[in-house]
Amino acid sequence: MSVPEQLRYTEEHEWVAGLDNEDGVVTVGITAYAADALGDIVFVELPEEGAAIEAGEPCGEAESTKSVSDLYAPVTGEVTAVNAAVADDPGMINSDPYGEGWLFKVRVDSDPSDLLDAAAYAKLIEEA
Amino acid sequence: MSAPKKTPLHDLHEALGANLVDFAGYLMPLRYGSETAEHLAVRTSAGLFDISHMGEIFVSGPQAAAALDHALVGTISALAIGRARYTMISNEAGGVLDDLIVYRLADETYLVVANASNVAVVREALIERAKPYDAVVDDRSDSYALIALQGPKAAEVLKRFTGAPLDELKYYAILPGAVAGIDALIGRTGYTGEDGFELFVASGDAVALWRALSEAVEVSPAGLSARDTLRLEAGMPLYGNELSTEVSPYEAGLGRVVRLDKPGDFVGRAAYAAIADVPPARHLVGLVARGRRVPRHGYEVVTSDGTPCGVVTSGAPSPTLGRPIAMAYLDSGAVPDNQGDLFVDIRGKHEAVDIVALPFYKRAAS
Repeated sequence: MSVPEQLRYTEEHEWVAGLDNEDGVVTVGITAYAADALGDIVFVELPEEGAAIEAGEPCGEAESTKSVSDLYAPVTGEVTAVNAAVADDPGMINSDPYGEGWLFKVRVDSDPSDLLDAAAYAKLIEEA
Repeated sequence: MSAPKKTPLHDLHEALGANLVDFAGYLMPLRYGSETAEHLAVRTSAGLFDISHMGEIFVSGPQAAAALDHALVGTISALAIGRARYTMISNEAGGVLDDLIVYRLADETYLVVANASNVAVVREALIERAKPYDAVVDDRSDSYALIALQGPKAAEVLKRFTGAPLDELKYYAILPGAVAGIDALIGRTGYTGEDGFELFVASGDAVALWRALSEAVEVSPAGLSARDTLRLEAGMPLYGNELSTEVSPYEAGLGRVVRLDKPGDFVGRAAYAAIADVPPARHLVGLVARGRRVPRHGYEVVTSDGTPCGVVTSGAPSPTLGRPIAMAYLDSGAVPDNQGDLFVDIRGKHEAVDIVALPFYKRAAS
């Protein structure tokens, strides 16, 4: 299962891209492992643009044929954009979880300290 | 918990990259790729399912028919040779122990197909109930594999592999025949709402049969996830969801399978006679959600003022309808006068649902 080297991860299977960006805005999605475990995703509820989200707290949900899972905010900050295309066609999360299937962007408030690097996340899903 | 059993097709599923799950004590393919694609393949072409977890219990002997008339709720003795019937096995209190398909293979030989999770219960009940009769109950579940070929193209595909007269094989009928050179019992039954077949073969022949059928371009392997959404769209009950010892066939809308008109006593008769003509306090309904969140098993149904009035038994996003669907037990007094006045509590939020007639999906007449 693909675990891109340049991303950071949570134990709840979200990925975060762009932590080094100068504007402090990161992109969030769910991992290929999570998308595969869920099966065909048919509905996602995403936080609204402008919403304040807090790391570790639920901020949306993803429904598949068999189950529903909370989405957890991987970082604390303000949502600056949500992926409208993925809300219309959640199957993009299955087909391209690290690309077109991104979920939302967040302007990070405080430095996220407890995200996993790719090696640690790969180990986590291997042991799952 | 002991480790789940493997079906004879296990290695093939692994080679196909199936997502395998423990289901009723068997390691079963949940899906091979996209379960939605598998569902749609069965609706438009043909799907191949490993359902070897199902139980095959043979009841045979001069009094096999009488034994089954006593043990089950249907009139099994009236079944013609080569025909099948959907029926149930009940306890004395009228609770459903399992729902079954019974095939009459010969004058004195019946095949009872039970759900995997209930095989032991059904076998033990049949053995006990058959004792006064000249009949033998033989659980051959481990000797048989069961492969289902389902979909509008199932018949044309199967014809390429068998000389058996499929055109004469009606829905809910069975005949013996060679399929791809393998001895099989070919049942025209299924759990998808489509035309199709269920092929009973010796465990050792399962791999060869699967390989042969899966070579047909029309055929896609399909897993339990697709099987569940297919049966849900077809309004077919699943034991453990719509059926249990806690519900009666009348509540499930299946009172017709209880044959109080048959001669002789049968297990459950007294309980059913007492309730057959009384409107049930709750009954099974079909629900279609107005929104996109999915009512799921165990969620509460509520009225517009939030009063609980039922419970969802099965729910899923329907690939055919493109919307979430569900079956639920609804208090009979709670059926709203107007659509839009019924809701399901989906993790704390009340989402509007409409009551619809079951099934959600019915195939076009062929």
